[in-house]
Amino acid sequence: MEMSALVHPLHKYRRPGVTATTNCPGCGNGIVLQAILRAIEALEMTLDDFVFVSGIGCSAWIPSPFFNADVLHTTHGRPIAFALGVKLGLPEKKVMVVSGDGDLAAIGGNHLIHNARRNVEMTVLCLNNSIYGMTGGQAAPTTPLGLKTATTPYGVVENSFDIAQLVKAAGASFVARWTTYQARQLTASIQKAIVHKGFSFIEVITQCPVQFGRKTGRGSAVEMLMDYKKRSISFQAAAQMAPEERIDRITVGELVDETKPEMIDELCKMIRRVAT
Amino acid sequence: MKGKRVLTGKYFMMGNTACAEGAIAAGCELAAGYPITPATEIVNRLAERLPQVGGAFVQLEDEISSIATIIGASWTGKKVMTATSGPGISLMLENLGFAVGVETPCVIVNVQRGAPTTGMPTAGAPGDMVQARRGSHGDYEIIAFAPASPQEMFDHTVQAFNLAEKYRTPVFILSDAFVGHMREEVIIPEAERIEAVYRKLPEPGADPTKIKGFLDEDVAPMPIFGRGWKAHVTSSCHDEYGQRDLSDVAALDRFVRRLCNKILKHKDDIIRVERDYEGAEVVLVSYGAVSRAAAMAVQMGRAEGIPVGQLRLITPWPFPGEEIERMARRAKRVIVLENNLGQMYPYIKAEAAAFADVSFMPPRRIGEIHDPEAILQRVREVWK
Repeated sequence: MEMSALVHPLHKYRRPGVTATTNCPGCGNGIVLQAILRAIEALEMTLDDFVFVSGIGCSAWIPSPFFNADVLHTTHGRPIAFALGVKLGLPEKKVMVVSGDGDLAAIGGNHLIHNARRNVEMTVLCLNNSIYGMTGGQAAPTTPLGLKTATTPYGVVENSFDIAQLVKAAGASFVARWTTYQARQLTASIQKAIVHKGFSFIEVITQCPVQFGRKTGRGSAVEMLMDYKKRSISFQAAAQMAPEERIDRITVGELVDETKPEMIDELCKMIRRVAT
Repeated sequence: MKGKRVLTGKYFMMGNTACAEGAIAAGCELAAGYPITPATEIVNRLAERLPQVGGAFVQLEDEISSIATIIGASWTGKKVMTATSGPGISLMLENLGFAVGVETPCVIVNVQRGAPTTGMPTAGAPGDMVQARRGSHGDYEIIAFAPASPQEMFDHTVQAFNLAEKYRTPVFILSDAFVGHMREEVIIPEAERIEAVYRKLPEPGADPTKIKGFLDEDVAPMPIFGRGWKAHVTSSCHDEYGQRDLSDVAALDRFVRRLCNKILKHKDDIIRVERDYEGAEVVLVSYGAVSRAAAMAVQMGRAEGIPVGQLRLITPWPFPGEEIERMARRAKRVIVLENNLGQMYPYIKAEAAAFADVSFMPPRRIGEIHDPEAILQRVREVWK
């Protein structure tokens, strides 16, 4: 950076020594990475206010190693379980999990629903690219019915998850869904999620042009973003539509924003009651 | 009882309860677990007692999250533990490797019940002795205690916390249903007589880019979260600074070797044995509950004039190979006693067979403690 006076405004958040990205060209990770940092900046917070936890998969590499912060990069599917321990130890810190649909909704589904149920205060960003990207394009629980992938050469024969609705049903007190096309709305929801007292979950429908794009024939990142734009409708608008009209639509917006008992809070109250 | 960390006094106490009290006396602040026989009394006690001293027990959705949660909490500077039995350990093994790989102090209690799969949950059998050492993938070293009494459930748990902190590593208590459910006298000393070790931390205000927080064979300071040290903690192959390296096999070699050497280099400090074999021609080698039967057989044999002695492995891991060799050089016959089909036996035989005649003796039935009479009969046979 010495060579240029022009420095990206978010560059200050980068861990020193990290100079390269492992993301493929056109990956949605960069949009989400910027949305997270812009939200933190807008709240006038610093990375020292946070501990970031991630799992295994492409999106888990957003905080690890890019963010110059305390970062715990864990085993596949388990970041929310590790994050619970971090929050128990440092209740005054903000804990943010950044991971993917395979990590959080397949192998780690149990921790997702149970910590949503507990309403543990943490922000969970689930980047849903509908595919296993890092391992080369295998079907995920989010891959649409019929799609041919590396492990479904004759087409997916399973129904897919609606992760936002799953987390809502499990009891999370803040749930939103956006696509990477709605970067500003996403940033605003991340801000809300960070300050929300409870389990805050944001599903981000994000483009993986290299794996998912190739499989669907909608190859380029720009095409995928334009497709998100075309297909996105609000939860409110969707509620007014007939089921057949909703097919192939992406419902976006804030689905849940409510107040309910939060686990760490209840635990601290119990300890104060018992210990004194 | 409210608010007291150390319940100094003399008790008639169950082994599992003593384990929980040892943990609290050692400074445990957070425990997580999932109900399982025959370990449940430990978490029951922790759930009651930890909040009294300002700590917490959380019951989670499974054993995978139990170990993940305590590792996460350990990275905030807390002393942590979990307790389970074999099936729970099987679920924890991936994250056990994580704790080893990113050098996280934690204590894992396995009240063993033997047999594959569900088996017989209330029968005592140390069926997971090698699992602790080899169960998670890749090369690693582990520290494990094998208590033989409720008193040792207390004492070893305290020592396990201290070694976990000192060496930044998971430490196992490999108990079993016999010792876990045994009720016996337990003496809890005064608080000031219980040693409490705390992990080494970087200097306050240290430049995060200069902190070598990993892969020191003499144990790196732990850049715990929330202190501005901006730790990058990754399960991927990494260097001393925590930076990921996924292309250079030299980095992989350092990663694996240094983690192992951190334990192996300090074996003399870690390993604990009980020796009672001076002048013995026949030596019984055992650990845990079985060592009680072995001690009795030694007593009976000596009364008959047989030169028989005993070596008890208090820490089966890291394996006390030098100690086994030392014993075998003095003995003529070595009998390895285990309440399983011979899990530590191949390791013991490998060290001892060059110097003495080594044989294995299981109990009459797996899940039973050896009859001291039967052990003595075997001693008479090999001594002839």
